[in-house]
Amino acid sequence: MSSYIEKIRSDKAALWCDSAPLLTSLDIELTERCNNNCVHCYINLPAENIAARERELTTDKIKNILDEAASLGCLHVKFTGGEPLLRKDFEDIYLFTRKLGIKVLLFTNAVLITPYMADLFSEIPPLQQIEVTLYGLKKETYESVTNVNGSFEAAQQGIQLLLEKKVPFVVKGSTLLQNREEFDAFEAWATNIPDMNRPPAYTMFYHLRSNKDEEKNRAIRKLRLPPENVLNILTRRSPEYIKEMKSFFEKFTQPPGDHLFSCSAAKAKGSVDSYGFFKPCLMLRAPDTLYDLKKGSLKEALTDFFPKVQQLKAENSDYLKRCARCFLKGICEQCPAISWLENSTLDTPVDYFCDVAHTQARHLGLLREDEMSWNIPDWETRIKRFCSG
Amino acid sequence: MKSDAVYAPSDDIVARNIEGELIIVPLAAGVGDMEDELFTLNETGRAIWDELDGKKTITEIVQNLSVEYDGEEGEIEADVIGIAAELLKRRMIVAVT
Repeated sequence: MSSYIEKIRSDKAALWCDSAPLLTSLDIELTERCNNNCVHCYINLPAENIAARERELTTDKIKNILDEAASLGCLHVKFTGGEPLLRKDFEDIYLFTRKLGIKVLLFTNAVLITPYMADLFSEIPPLQQIEVTLYGLKKETYESVTNVNGSFEAAQQGIQLLLEKKVPFVVKGSTLLQNREEFDAFEAWATNIPDMNRPPAYTMFYHLRSNKDEEKNRAIRKLRLPPENVLNILTRRSPEYIKEMKSFFEKFTQPPGDHLFSCSAAKAKGSVDSYGFFKPCLMLRAPDTLYDLKKGSLKEALTDFFPKVQQLKAENSDYLKRCARCFLKGICEQCPAISWLENSTLDTPVDYFCDVAHTQARHLGLLREDEMSWNIPDWETRIKRFCSG
Repeated sequence: MKSDAVYAPSDDIVARNIEGELIIVPLAAGVGDMEDELFTLNETGRAIWDELDGKKTITEIVQNLSVEYDGEEGEIEADVIGIAAELLKRRMIVAVT
Protein backbone atom coordinates (compact mmCIF):
# COMPACT_ATOMS: atom_id res chain seq x y z
CA MET A 1 0.00 0.00 0.00
CA SER A 2 1.17 3.46 -0.82
CA SER A 3 2.38 5.69 1.95
CA TYR A 4 0.62 8.67 0.40
CA ILE A 5 -2.69 7.47 -1.02
CA GLU A 6 -5.16 5.47 1.00
CA LYS A 7 -8.05 3.56 -0.42
CA ILE A 8 -11.22 3.95 1.52
CA ARG A 9 -14.49 2.09 1.40
CA SER A 10 -17.06 4.77 1.94
CA ASP A 11 -19.65 2.25 3.06
CA LYS A 12 -17.45 0.62 5.68
CA ALA A 13 -14.92 3.12 6.91
CA ALA A 14 -15.58 6.02 9.18
CA LEU A 15 -14.51 8.79 6.88
CA TRP A 16 -14.97 11.64 9.24
CA CYS A 17 -13.35 11.66 12.64
CA ASP A 18 -14.46 15.04 13.90
CA SER A 19 -17.64 16.20 12.26
CA ALA A 20 -19.83 14.25 9.86
CA PRO A 21 -21.47 15.92 6.86
CA LEU A 22 -25.06 17.04 7.16
CA LEU A 23 -26.02 14.67 4.34
CA THR A 24 -24.14 11.48 3.44
CA SER A 25 -26.62 9.70 1.20
CA LEU A 26 -29.75 10.58 -0.72
CA ASP A 27 -32.39 8.48 -2.49
CA ILE A 28 -34.18 10.00 -5.46
CA GLU A 29 -37.29 8.45 -6.94
CA LEU A 30 -36.85 9.75 -10.46
CA THR A 31 -40.32 8.64 -11.49
CA GLU A 32 -43.23 6.64 -10.16
CA ARG A 33 -43.83 5.32 -13.67
CA CYS A 34 -42.65 1.91 -14.74
CA ASN A 35 -42.49 -0.06 -17.98
CA ASN A 36 -43.48 -3.20 -16.06
CA ASN A 37 -46.80 -3.67 -14.30
CA CYS A 38 -45.89 -5.96 -11.41
CA VAL A 39 -48.81 -6.90 -9.23
CA HIS A 40 -46.85 -6.71 -5.97
CA CYS A 41 -45.28 -3.28 -6.57
CA TYR A 42 -46.10 -0.47 -4.17
CA ILE A 43 -45.48 2.37 -6.55
CA ASN A 44 -45.63 1.61 -10.28
CA LEU A 45 -47.78 3.87 -12.44
CA PRO A 46 -48.11 3.19 -16.17
CA ALA A 47 -45.11 4.34 -18.20
CA GLU A 48 -47.37 6.48 -20.38
CA ASN A 49 -49.12 8.21 -17.47
CA ILE A 50 -48.91 11.77 -18.72
CA ALA A 51 -50.24 13.40 -15.56
CA ALA A 52 -47.54 11.71 -13.46
CA ARG A 53 -44.85 12.57 -15.98
CA GLU A 54 -45.86 16.22 -16.05
CA ARG A 55 -45.74 16.45 -12.26
CA GLU A 56 -42.24 14.97 -12.06
CA LEU A 57 -39.27 17.10 -11.13
CA THR A 58 -37.63 18.78 -14.10
CA THR A 59 -34.05 18.02 -15.05
CA ASP A 60 -32.92 21.39 -13.73
CA LYS A 61 -34.68 20.91 -10.41
CA ILE A 62 -33.08 17.50 -9.95
CA LYS A 63 -29.68 18.99 -10.75
CA ASN A 64 -30.27 21.75 -8.21
CA ILE A 65 -31.07 19.15 -5.58
CA LEU A 66 -27.98 17.13 -6.48
CA ASP A 67 -25.83 20.25 -6.39
CA GLU A 68 -27.04 21.07 -2.91
CA ALA A 69 -26.62 17.46 -1.82
CA ALA A 70 -22.98 17.52 -2.93
CA SER A 71 -22.40 20.82 -1.15
CA LEU A 72 -23.71 19.21 2.06
CA GLY A 73 -21.23 16.33 1.71
CA CYS A 74 -23.37 13.68 0.04
CA LEU A 75 -21.31 10.82 -1.41
CA HIS A 76 -24.06 8.34 -2.32
CA VAL A 77 -27.17 8.77 -4.41
CA LYS A 78 -29.65 6.02 -5.12
CA PHE A 79 -31.77 6.41 -8.25
CA THR A 80 -34.94 4.42 -7.97
CA GLY A 81 -38.53 4.64 -9.07
CA GLY A 82 -40.66 3.35 -10.77
CA GLU A 83 -38.10 2.60 -13.41
CA PRO A 84 -35.46 5.35 -13.42
CA LEU A 85 -34.35 4.59 -16.97
CA LEU A 86 -37.78 5.63 -18.25
CA ARG A 87 -36.71 9.24 -17.89
CA LYS A 88 -35.38 10.59 -21.16
CA ASP A 89 -32.91 12.74 -19.22
CA PHE A 90 -31.49 9.85 -17.22
CA GLU A 91 -28.07 9.99 -18.90
CA ASP A 92 -27.85 13.73 -18.29
CA ILE A 93 -28.79 13.33 -14.61
CA TYR A 94 -26.45 10.35 -14.17
CA LEU A 95 -23.41 12.11 -15.64
CA PHE A 96 -24.17 15.27 -13.69
CA THR A 97 -24.24 13.25 -10.48
CA ARG A 98 -21.01 11.39 -11.18
CA LYS A 99 -19.24 14.63 -12.13
CA LEU A 100 -20.17 15.99 -8.73
CA GLY A 101 -18.10 13.16 -7.26
CA ILE A 102 -21.09 11.18 -6.07
CA LYS A 103 -21.40 7.40 -6.27
CA VAL A 104 -24.61 6.16 -7.85
CA LEU A 105 -26.70 3.16 -6.89
CA LEU A 106 -29.21 2.35 -9.63
CA PHE A 107 -32.28 0.20 -9.05
CA THR A 108 -33.59 -1.06 -12.40
CA ASN A 109 -35.39 -3.92 -14.09
CA ALA A 110 -32.72 -3.82 -16.86
CA VAL A 111 -35.39 -3.79 -19.58
CA LEU A 112 -34.17 -0.42 -20.90
CA ILE A 113 -30.43 -1.18 -20.74
CA THR A 114 -29.27 -0.55 -24.30
CA PRO A 115 -25.78 -1.07 -25.74
CA TYR A 116 -25.33 2.69 -25.35
CA MET A 117 -26.32 2.64 -21.68
CA ALA A 118 -24.07 -0.36 -20.99
CA ASP A 119 -21.17 1.49 -22.60
CA LEU A 120 -21.96 4.54 -20.48
CA PHE A 121 -21.89 2.50 -17.25
CA SER A 122 -18.69 0.82 -18.42
CA GLU A 123 -16.88 4.06 -19.19
CA ILE A 124 -18.25 6.14 -16.31
CA PRO A 125 -18.95 3.47 -13.68
CA PRO A 126 -21.60 4.19 -11.08
CA LEU A 127 -19.11 3.00 -8.40
CA GLN A 128 -21.80 0.85 -6.84
CA GLN A 129 -23.19 -2.39 -8.17
CA ILE A 130 -26.37 -1.83 -10.16
CA GLU A 131 -29.24 -3.75 -8.57
CA VAL A 132 -31.41 -5.57 -11.10
CA THR A 133 -34.74 -7.04 -10.04
CA LEU A 134 -35.57 -10.31 -11.77
CA TYR A 135 -38.67 -12.42 -11.18
CA GLY A 136 -37.78 -15.65 -12.87
CA LEU A 137 -35.62 -17.40 -15.39
CA LYS A 138 -38.50 -18.37 -17.67
CA LYS A 139 -40.52 -16.06 -19.86
CA GLU A 140 -43.83 -17.35 -18.55
CA THR A 141 -42.77 -16.93 -14.92
CA TYR A 142 -41.25 -13.49 -15.37
CA GLU A 143 -44.06 -12.07 -17.47
CA SER A 144 -46.75 -13.48 -15.19
CA VAL A 145 -45.31 -11.05 -12.63
CA THR A 146 -44.51 -8.07 -14.87
CA ASN A 147 -47.65 -8.38 -17.01
CA VAL A 148 -45.79 -7.04 -20.04
CA ASN A 149 -45.19 -9.12 -23.14
CA GLY A 150 -41.57 -9.04 -24.25
CA SER A 151 -40.28 -7.79 -20.89
CA PHE A 152 -38.45 -11.06 -20.14
CA GLU A 153 -36.42 -11.00 -23.32
CA ALA A 154 -35.64 -7.30 -22.90
CA ALA A 155 -34.50 -7.81 -19.29
CA GLN A 156 -32.32 -10.76 -20.27
CA GLN A 157 -30.82 -8.69 -23.06
CA GLY A 158 -30.10 -5.87 -20.63
CA ILE A 159 -28.42 -8.27 -18.22
CA GLN A 160 -26.37 -9.75 -21.05
CA LEU A 161 -25.19 -6.27 -22.04
CA LEU A 162 -24.09 -5.53 -18.48
CA LEU A 163 -22.17 -8.81 -18.44
CA GLU A 164 -20.53 -8.15 -21.81
CA LYS A 165 -19.42 -4.69 -20.75
CA LYS A 166 -18.32 -5.93 -17.33
CA VAL A 167 -20.57 -3.46 -15.53
CA PRO A 168 -20.80 -4.58 -11.89
CA PHE A 169 -24.33 -5.59 -10.95
CA VAL A 170 -26.27 -7.93 -8.70
CA VAL A 171 -29.71 -9.45 -9.12
CA LYS A 172 -32.47 -9.65 -6.56
CA GLY A 173 -35.86 -11.29 -6.59
CA SER A 174 -39.24 -11.51 -4.97
CA THR A 175 -40.87 -14.51 -3.34
CA LEU A 176 -44.05 -14.86 -5.32
CA LEU A 177 -46.40 -17.72 -5.99
CA GLN A 178 -45.33 -17.63 -9.62
CA ASN A 179 -41.64 -18.24 -8.97
CA ARG A 180 -41.66 -20.26 -5.75
CA GLU A 181 -40.42 -23.38 -7.57
CA GLU A 182 -37.49 -21.52 -9.10
CA PHE A 183 -35.49 -20.23 -6.14
CA ASP A 184 -32.81 -22.90 -6.38
CA ALA A 185 -32.43 -22.49 -10.13
CA PHE A 186 -32.39 -18.70 -9.77
CA GLU A 187 -29.71 -18.81 -7.12
CA ALA A 188 -27.61 -21.30 -9.10
CA TRP A 189 -27.86 -19.07 -12.17
CA ALA A 190 -26.95 -15.98 -10.12
CA THR A 191 -23.64 -17.54 -9.07
CA ASN A 192 -22.47 -16.97 -12.66
CA ILE A 193 -22.74 -13.22 -12.24
CA PRO A 194 -19.24 -12.03 -11.34
CA ASP A 195 -20.31 -9.60 -8.61
CA MET A 196 -22.75 -11.91 -6.85
CA ASN A 197 -20.76 -12.78 -3.77
CA ARG A 198 -23.88 -13.71 -1.83
CA PRO A 199 -27.25 -15.25 -2.71
CA PRO A 200 -29.82 -12.88 -4.18
CA ALA A 201 -31.87 -10.80 -1.78
CA TYR A 202 -35.61 -11.30 -1.94
CA THR A 203 -38.51 -9.00 -1.34
CA MET A 204 -40.96 -10.89 0.85
CA PHE A 205 -42.87 -8.21 2.71
CA TYR A 206 -44.95 -6.53 0.07
CA HIS A 207 -45.80 -2.97 0.94
CA LEU A 208 -49.11 -1.40 0.19
CA ARG A 209 -49.51 1.22 -2.50
CA SER A 210 -48.14 4.64 -1.73
CA ASN A 211 -51.20 6.15 -3.44
CA LYS A 212 -53.58 4.08 -1.29
CA ASP A 213 -55.06 2.29 -4.33
CA GLU A 214 -57.43 -0.05 -2.49
CA GLU A 215 -58.00 -2.43 -5.39
CA LYS A 216 -54.28 -2.98 -5.81
CA ASN A 217 -53.81 -3.17 -2.05
CA ARG A 218 -56.25 -6.08 -1.86
CA ALA A 219 -54.15 -7.89 -4.48
CA ILE A 220 -50.92 -7.11 -2.61
CA ARG A 221 -52.34 -8.43 0.68
CA LYS A 222 -53.18 -11.70 -1.04
CA LEU A 223 -49.56 -12.11 -2.15
CA ARG A 224 -48.22 -12.00 1.40
CA LEU A 225 -46.96 -15.37 2.52
CA PRO A 226 -48.17 -16.85 5.81
CA PRO A 227 -45.57 -16.29 8.56
CA GLU A 228 -44.62 -20.00 8.57
CA ASN A 229 -43.78 -19.82 4.86
CA VAL A 230 -41.73 -16.66 5.45
CA LEU A 231 -39.82 -18.55 8.12
CA ASN A 232 -39.23 -21.46 5.76
CA ILE A 233 -37.67 -19.12 3.23
CA LEU A 234 -35.60 -17.26 5.82
CA THR A 235 -34.25 -20.53 7.20
CA ARG A 236 -33.41 -22.16 3.88
CA ARG A 237 -29.80 -21.59 4.92
CA SER A 238 -30.33 -22.12 8.59
CA PRO A 239 -26.76 -21.69 9.92
CA GLU A 240 -26.36 -18.39 8.10
CA TYR A 241 -29.77 -17.22 9.29
CA ILE A 242 -28.98 -18.05 12.93
CA LYS A 243 -25.59 -16.33 12.67
CA GLU A 244 -27.17 -13.25 11.14
CA MET A 245 -29.87 -13.13 13.82
CA LYS A 246 -27.31 -13.43 16.62
CA SER A 247 -25.29 -10.61 15.15
CA PHE A 248 -28.41 -8.52 14.72
CA PHE A 249 -29.83 -9.11 18.19
CA GLU A 250 -26.50 -8.29 19.80
CA LYS A 251 -26.58 -4.82 18.31
CA PHE A 252 -30.12 -3.67 17.77
CA THR A 253 -32.69 -5.26 19.97
CA GLN A 254 -34.45 -3.34 22.63
CA PRO A 255 -37.96 -2.01 23.12
CA PRO A 256 -38.19 1.41 21.43
CA GLY A 257 -40.44 3.08 23.98
CA ASP A 258 -42.75 5.78 22.74
CA HIS A 259 -40.28 7.30 20.27
CA LEU A 260 -41.61 6.50 16.83
CA PHE A 261 -38.32 6.75 14.98
CA SER A 262 -35.85 4.33 16.48
CA CYS A 263 -34.23 3.83 13.06
CA SER A 264 -31.67 5.91 11.19
CA ALA A 265 -34.25 7.73 9.08
CA ALA A 266 -33.40 11.38 8.48
CA LYS A 267 -30.01 11.06 10.14
CA ALA A 268 -27.71 12.49 7.47
CA LYS A 269 -29.86 10.91 4.80
CA GLY A 270 -33.22 11.17 3.17
CA SER A 271 -35.26 10.51 0.10
CA VAL A 272 -36.71 12.80 -2.55
CA ASP A 273 -39.88 11.63 -4.25
CA SER A 274 -40.65 12.14 -7.92
CA TYR A 275 -42.44 15.42 -7.26
CA GLY A 276 -39.94 17.18 -5.02
CA PHE A 277 -40.94 16.17 -1.52
CA PHE A 278 -38.04 15.35 0.80
CA LYS A 279 -38.77 12.40 3.10
CA PRO A 280 -36.89 10.99 6.09
CA CYS A 281 -36.79 7.61 4.33
CA LEU A 282 -37.80 6.04 1.04
CA MET A 283 -41.00 4.44 2.29
CA LEU A 284 -42.33 7.23 4.49
CA ARG A 285 -45.09 9.15 2.75
CA ALA A 286 -47.20 10.51 5.57
CA PRO A 287 -47.94 14.12 4.53
CA ASP A 288 -46.88 15.62 7.88
CA THR A 289 -43.41 14.09 7.53
CA LEU A 290 -42.71 15.45 4.03
CA TYR A 291 -40.76 18.61 3.28
CA ASP A 292 -41.64 20.46 0.09
CA LEU A 293 -38.40 21.32 -1.73
CA LYS A 294 -40.26 23.91 -3.77
CA LYS A 295 -40.49 25.93 -0.56
CA GLY A 296 -37.14 25.24 1.02
CA SER A 297 -33.79 23.48 0.78
CA LEU A 298 -32.37 20.11 1.75
CA LYS A 299 -30.35 21.88 4.42
CA GLU A 300 -33.41 23.50 5.96
CA ALA A 301 -35.18 20.17 6.03
CA LEU A 302 -32.20 18.42 7.61
CA THR A 303 -31.57 21.07 10.24
CA ASP A 304 -35.06 22.35 11.05
CA PHE A 305 -37.73 19.93 9.89
CA PHE A 306 -36.41 16.37 10.17
CA PRO A 307 -35.30 16.75 13.81
CA LYS A 308 -38.91 17.56 14.70
CA VAL A 309 -40.10 14.45 12.83
CA GLN A 310 -37.51 12.34 14.64
CA GLN A 311 -38.90 13.49 17.97
CA LEU A 312 -42.46 12.39 17.23
CA LYS A 313 -43.94 10.14 19.88
CA ALA A 314 -46.55 7.42 19.68
CA GLU A 315 -49.97 8.12 21.15
CA ASN A 316 -51.94 5.07 20.04
CA SER A 317 -52.65 3.01 23.15
CA ASP A 318 -52.39 -0.27 21.25
CA TYR A 319 -48.93 0.75 19.98
CA LEU A 320 -47.85 1.83 23.47
CA LYS A 321 -49.02 -1.49 24.91
CA ARG A 322 -47.40 -3.62 22.19
CA CYS A 323 -44.76 -2.11 19.87
CA ALA A 324 -43.31 0.35 22.42
CA ARG A 325 -42.57 -2.54 24.79
CA CYS A 326 -41.55 -5.10 22.17
CA PHE A 327 -37.98 -6.37 22.21
CA LEU A 328 -38.44 -7.77 18.69
CA LYS A 329 -38.91 -4.33 17.18
CA GLY A 330 -35.59 -4.66 15.37
CA ILE A 331 -36.74 -7.64 13.30
CA CYS A 332 -40.28 -6.39 12.81
CA GLU A 333 -41.18 -4.60 9.59
CA GLN A 334 -43.56 -2.31 11.46
CA CYS A 335 -42.34 1.26 11.44
CA PRO A 336 -43.96 4.67 10.99
CA ALA A 337 -43.71 4.38 7.21
CA ILE A 338 -45.34 0.96 7.05
CA SER A 339 -47.90 1.91 9.68
CA TRP A 340 -48.95 4.84 7.51
CA LEU A 341 -49.21 2.71 4.37
CA GLU A 342 -51.33 0.16 6.23
CA ASN A 343 -53.43 2.35 8.49
CA SER A 344 -52.86 6.02 7.62
CA THR A 345 -51.36 6.64 11.05
CA LEU A 346 -47.74 6.52 12.15
CA ASP A 347 -48.33 4.49 15.29
CA THR A 348 -50.55 1.51 14.62
CA PRO A 349 -49.28 -2.06 15.04
CA VAL A 350 -49.40 -4.09 11.83
CA ASP A 351 -50.63 -7.54 12.77
CA TYR A 352 -49.12 -9.36 9.79
CA PHE A 353 -45.60 -8.12 10.52
CA CYS A 354 -46.14 -8.69 14.23
CA ASP A 355 -47.00 -12.34 13.47
CA VAL A 356 -43.92 -12.73 11.26
CA ALA A 357 -41.64 -11.37 14.00
CA HIS A 358 -43.22 -13.63 16.64
CA THR A 359 -42.90 -16.67 14.36
CA GLN A 360 -39.19 -15.98 13.95
CA ALA A 361 -38.69 -15.41 17.68
CA ARG A 362 -40.39 -18.70 18.54
CA HIS A 363 -38.23 -20.52 16.01
CA LEU A 364 -35.14 -18.96 17.59
CA GLY A 365 -36.22 -19.99 21.09
CA LEU A 366 -36.75 -16.43 22.27
CA LEU A 367 -40.45 -16.90 22.90
CA ARG A 368 -42.68 -19.79 23.89
CA GLU A 369 -45.85 -20.45 21.90
CA ASP A 370 -48.07 -18.73 24.48
CA GLU A 371 -45.92 -15.65 24.97
CA MET A 372 -46.15 -12.23 23.39
CA SER A 373 -42.99 -10.18 23.02
CA TRP A 374 -44.25 -7.13 24.92
CA ASN A 375 -44.78 -9.14 28.10
CA ILE A 376 -41.26 -10.48 28.60
CA PRO A 377 -39.52 -8.89 31.61
CA ASP A 378 -36.38 -11.04 31.16
CA TRP A 379 -35.94 -10.31 27.44
CA GLU A 380 -32.32 -9.21 27.95
CA THR A 381 -31.41 -12.54 29.56
CA ARG A 382 -33.04 -14.41 26.71
CA ILE A 383 -31.13 -12.39 24.11
CA LYS A 384 -27.84 -12.99 25.92
CA ARG A 385 -28.53 -16.72 26.13
CA PHE A 386 -29.44 -16.87 22.43
CA CYS A 387 -26.42 -14.89 21.30
CA SER A 388 -23.97 -16.92 23.38
CA GLY A 389 -25.52 -20.27 22.46
CA MET B 1 9.98 12.78 -13.58
CA LYS B 2 11.43 16.10 -14.68
CA SER B 3 11.79 18.91 -12.19
CA ASP B 4 10.21 21.42 -14.57
CA ALA B 5 7.14 19.26 -15.15
CA VAL B 6 3.74 20.73 -14.29
CA TYR B 7 0.78 18.60 -13.20
CA ALA B 8 -2.93 19.19 -12.61
CA PRO B 9 -5.81 17.06 -11.32
CA SER B 10 -7.08 14.73 -14.01
CA ASP B 11 -10.54 14.82 -15.55
CA ASP B 12 -10.77 11.12 -14.69
CA ILE B 13 -11.39 11.93 -11.03
CA VAL B 14 -13.38 14.34 -8.91
CA ALA B 15 -11.57 15.73 -5.89
CA ARG B 16 -13.92 16.73 -3.09
CA ASN B 17 -13.36 18.47 0.17
CA ILE B 18 -15.87 17.11 2.65
CA GLU B 19 -15.64 18.33 6.23
CA GLY B 20 -11.94 19.05 5.72
CA GLU B 21 -11.18 15.62 4.25
CA LEU B 22 -9.92 15.35 0.68
CA ILE B 23 -11.86 12.57 -1.01
CA ILE B 24 -10.82 11.52 -4.50
CA VAL B 25 -13.74 9.93 -6.33
CA PRO B 26 -12.95 8.05 -9.58
CA LEU B 27 -15.03 9.29 -12.51
CA ALA B 28 -13.70 7.31 -15.48
CA ALA B 29 -13.31 3.55 -15.43
CA GLY B 30 -10.01 2.08 -14.34
CA VAL B 31 -8.90 4.69 -11.81
CA GLY B 32 -9.55 2.43 -8.85
CA ASP B 33 -8.74 -1.27 -8.64
CA MET B 34 -12.30 -1.94 -7.58
CA GLU B 35 -15.39 -0.11 -8.67
CA ASP B 36 -16.46 1.10 -5.26
CA GLU B 37 -13.19 2.53 -4.04
CA LEU B 38 -12.65 6.08 -3.00
CA PHE B 39 -9.28 7.51 -2.10
CA THR B 40 -7.86 9.95 0.34
CA LEU B 41 -4.35 11.26 0.94
CA ASN B 42 -2.28 11.31 4.06
CA GLU B 43 -1.16 14.64 5.51
CA THR B 44 1.96 14.82 3.34
CA GLY B 45 0.02 13.80 0.29
CA ARG B 46 -2.65 16.40 0.95
CA ALA B 47 -0.10 19.22 1.24
CA ILE B 48 1.45 18.19 -2.07
CA TRP B 49 -1.94 17.69 -3.78
CA ASP B 50 -2.89 21.27 -2.97
CA GLU B 51 0.19 22.44 -4.88
CA LEU B 52 -0.53 20.38 -8.00
CA ASP B 53 -2.54 23.18 -9.56
CA GLY B 54 -1.46 23.03 -13.19
CA LYS B 55 0.78 26.06 -12.77
CA LYS B 56 3.70 25.23 -10.49
CA THR B 57 6.61 23.04 -11.54
CA ILE B 58 7.85 20.23 -9.33
CA THR B 59 10.81 22.42 -8.36
CA GLU B 60 8.52 25.29 -7.36
CA ILE B 61 6.36 22.97 -5.30
CA VAL B 62 9.41 21.64 -3.45
CA GLN B 63 10.55 25.21 -2.76
CA ASN B 64 7.12 26.26 -1.48
CA LEU B 65 6.83 23.26 0.81
CA SER B 66 10.40 23.76 2.09
CA VAL B 67 9.40 27.20 3.28
CA GLU B 68 6.17 26.00 4.84
CA TYR B 69 7.37 22.78 6.48
CA ASP B 70 10.44 21.72 8.46
CA GLY B 71 12.52 19.13 6.75
CA GLU B 72 15.41 18.60 4.41
CA GLU B 73 14.69 19.83 0.91
CA GLY B 74 15.90 16.48 -0.41
CA GLU B 75 13.32 14.63 1.67
CA ILE B 76 10.56 16.98 0.58
CA GLU B 77 11.61 16.55 -3.05
CA ALA B 78 11.46 12.77 -2.65
CA ASP B 79 7.94 13.06 -1.23
CA VAL B 80 6.76 15.37 -4.01
CA ILE B 81 8.18 13.14 -6.73
CA GLY B 82 6.90 10.04 -4.98
CA ILE B 83 3.33 11.20 -4.72
CA ALA B 84 3.26 12.83 -8.15
CA ALA B 85 4.48 9.57 -9.68
CA GLU B 86 1.85 7.58 -7.83
CA LEU B 87 -0.96 9.97 -8.71
CA LEU B 88 0.19 9.93 -12.34
CA LYS B 89 0.23 6.14 -12.38
CA ARG B 90 -3.33 6.10 -11.03
CA ARG B 91 -4.46 8.69 -13.60
CA MET B 92 -5.37 11.11 -10.83
CA ILE B 93 -3.17 13.88 -12.25
CA VAL B 94 -2.04 14.70 -15.77
CA ALA B 95 0.98 16.53 -17.14
CA VAL B 96 0.22 20.04 -18.33
CA THR B 97 2.01 21.02 -21.48
